[in-house]
Amino acid sequence: MKATPRLRRFVAMLHKESLQIVRDPSTFLIAFVLPLIMLFFFGYAISLDPKRTRIGLALQDSGSPAQGLAQAFENSEWFAVHGRHDVASLTQELSAGRIRGFVVIPQDFSRRLQRPGADAQIQVVTDGSQPNAAGFVASYAQGVQASWAAERSGGAPAGRIELVPRYWFNPGLTSHYFLIPGSIVIVMTMIGTLLTALVVAREWERGTMEALLATPLSMGEFLATKVIPYFLLGLGSMMLCTLLAILLFGLPFRGSVLALLAISSAFLVPALGQGLLISAATKNQFVASQVALLSAFLPALMLSGFLFEISSMPLPIRLLTYLVPARYLIPSLQSVFLVGDLWGLFARDMAMMLTFGALFFLLALRATHRRVA
Amino acid sequence: MGRLRAIIVKEMWALLRDPRSRLILVVPPLMQLFVFGFATTLEVKNFDVGVYDRDGGHWSQEFIQRLGGSPNVHRIVTLGSPAAVRAAINERTVLAVVMFDQRFSADVSTGRAAVIQAVLDGRRSNAAQIVAGYLTEIAAGMGAQVRPNAGAPGAQAIVSHWFNPNLDYLWFAMPALIVVLGMVSGLAMTAQSVARERELGTFDQLMVSPLRVHEILIGKMVPPLLIGLANAALYVILIPNVFRVPLTGSVPLLFLALTCYLLALVGVGMLVSAVAQTQQQAFLGAFLVTVPSILLSGYASPIENMPGWLQVVAQADPAKHFLIVSEGVFLKAMPPPEILANTWPLALIALLTLSAASWLFRARME
Repeated sequence: MKATPRLRRFVAMLHKESLQIVRDPSTFLIAFVLPLIMLFFFGYAISLDPKRTRIGLALQDSGSPAQGLAQAFENSEWFAVHGRHDVASLTQELSAGRIRGFVVIPQDFSRRLQRPGADAQIQVVTDGSQPNAAGFVASYAQGVQASWAAERSGGAPAGRIELVPRYWFNPGLTSHYFLIPGSIVIVMTMIGTLLTALVVAREWERGTMEALLATPLSMGEFLATKVIPYFLLGLGSMMLCTLLAILLFGLPFRGSVLALLAISSAFLVPALGQGLLISAATKNQFVASQVALLSAFLPALMLSGFLFEISSMPLPIRLLTYLVPARYLIPSLQSVFLVGDLWGLFARDMAMMLTFGALFFLLALRATHRRVA
Repeated sequence: MGRLRAIIVKEMWALLRDPRSRLILVVPPLMQLFVFGFATTLEVKNFDVGVYDRDGGHWSQEFIQRLGGSPNVHRIVTLGSPAAVRAAINERTVLAVVMFDQRFSADVSTGRAAVIQAVLDGRRSNAAQIVAGYLTEIAAGMGAQVRPNAGAPGAQAIVSHWFNPNLDYLWFAMPALIVVLGMVSGLAMTAQSVARERELGTFDQLMVSPLRVHEILIGKMVPPLLIGLANAALYVILIPNVFRVPLTGSVPLLFLALTCYLLALVGVGMLVSAVAQTQQQAFLGAFLVTVPSILLSGYASPIENMPGWLQVVAQADPAKHFLIVSEGVFLKAMPPPEILANTWPLALIALLTLSAASWLFRARME
């Protein structure tokens, strides 16, 4: 079987592009070192599982119930109680950010507790400048107080309606389980869009792009030789990330490798297309890098549903998220790790990613044509 | 002095001459402010809940009514079988399903302990926990109505949130955006401007000019610093006036800390560009510093949740110190001694990175 000249040309060009990538030391940096560093920081630096939160305690009552409640706070696994100070010094600590909140047990606490109405109160003050931590302090402080009260009155009161939550796929509520798939999506966006945008913009900047376009290759073939090596690089890096997620961070892998390959391939199409489009439209490395950061990296971080729930965003921003390819990869990737092969969900997400991919490639093709003209 | 002014003017021109670069310096910060300011919410609103009601009695209907009345719930999906429950969760049609068994209404009416089962999507475990909190609240509210005097509370905890009484996440996100923005302008801009000259070969021309090394470096430092300060000034005007986030502390001290912060970042950017050979490497280097710096700053998650050794590493992160100042000046009316206590580490980092960068440049030139 003899290859047609057209195919030979294509293969030769592909070979040239691949060599160029392999020989560039920064490729290695991006495809293998970058994922390691990113996963490492996302894995260790972000933790939404609070450890002991530092709070202060002002115990103004020397009665034994007050002492008991103070003891309950000190023994709580949720808090590290920071001395017993007066309110004024605790206020100062709070505004300096050294404690996240404080509890005041007022001097009439024990006395009011003995009264028939039992209208004793404690005060919980939190640092609202960190809303997340503040909500945590408030609800756990109320929890400590409630279980202390329940213990005093001997068991839970009758007639309660109890809600028993069960968390499927992640019963231990480990935040790694959703942070790691999300950071893999960020790494893939980096490789797919940022790297492609930058590398191809460099060729435009240096004028080597025009030289390459003068070859007898058709425009489509030409763009294909540019992206195929990055496509393979992206898949390789996905495999590395997956191994790290399983071996280092202990994530389960309940789906199949085939499904993982299918959804990552589908994601790389819009990611690479966007990179090509940015480079063809800007032709300048500095502008390309800024545009790629703003239109690919930041949306993947903030508008993809990775860290912030999409349904909670205002409508115009919710509509904007439909244009972010990472939005479609996150549910599928989380499912491959935590649930299994949900082909219905994957097919829907993949269809969206491929649609955006086709759109980006068409636009990139047009932008390249216009440039040359 | 004349030489220094000339190089600063040249550097400003290099940055502002290209209309697209000019746009890049102004549009992204504004877009970030509006889009990301509103997108970053940790509340969970507008979500769908499934209901699998095998009881069908008065009390399960009452619960469903209350659920439908919650401002956070968007839609209630009725599910008829365990298989439908599984499918709805798997396909992400709903974030949670509440399930009532046949005895539920009877249990509530007779005063036995009644249990509602809830299944939540653990793929989104953070959102799921928040939703579980809402559901628990509804259940407790209903329980209190059924038996108003069941179990008198031993005491009441009165909660007040200082500095941000409604725990509005926007109030936290906006001052934090100044920190993120500084990263982009201070670090990325510096790293790339030097690398671009390297790549184009014009850096060698600068070297053979009568300019001294420190003059070249100062020339490279000033534009990112000025642009960072200008962008931040825009933010300081827009955040209180458009987004209604209080600005309670001292603005001059905020700018003092900001200047130290930007200088520290410019120093890091210089270090990156001293090492990088091409613009691409400079960009990657800047990126590799930016992402960990933001993650370690306490913006994404509190520093005290990190392992101890990483908390030590975070001390070297300029974003960590400036985030405290920015949040403090906007929300907490932070007293000047506290601001200064967080500003001197910034000045120290700036001193270290800038002198390391100039040493590296000198070493490379000889």
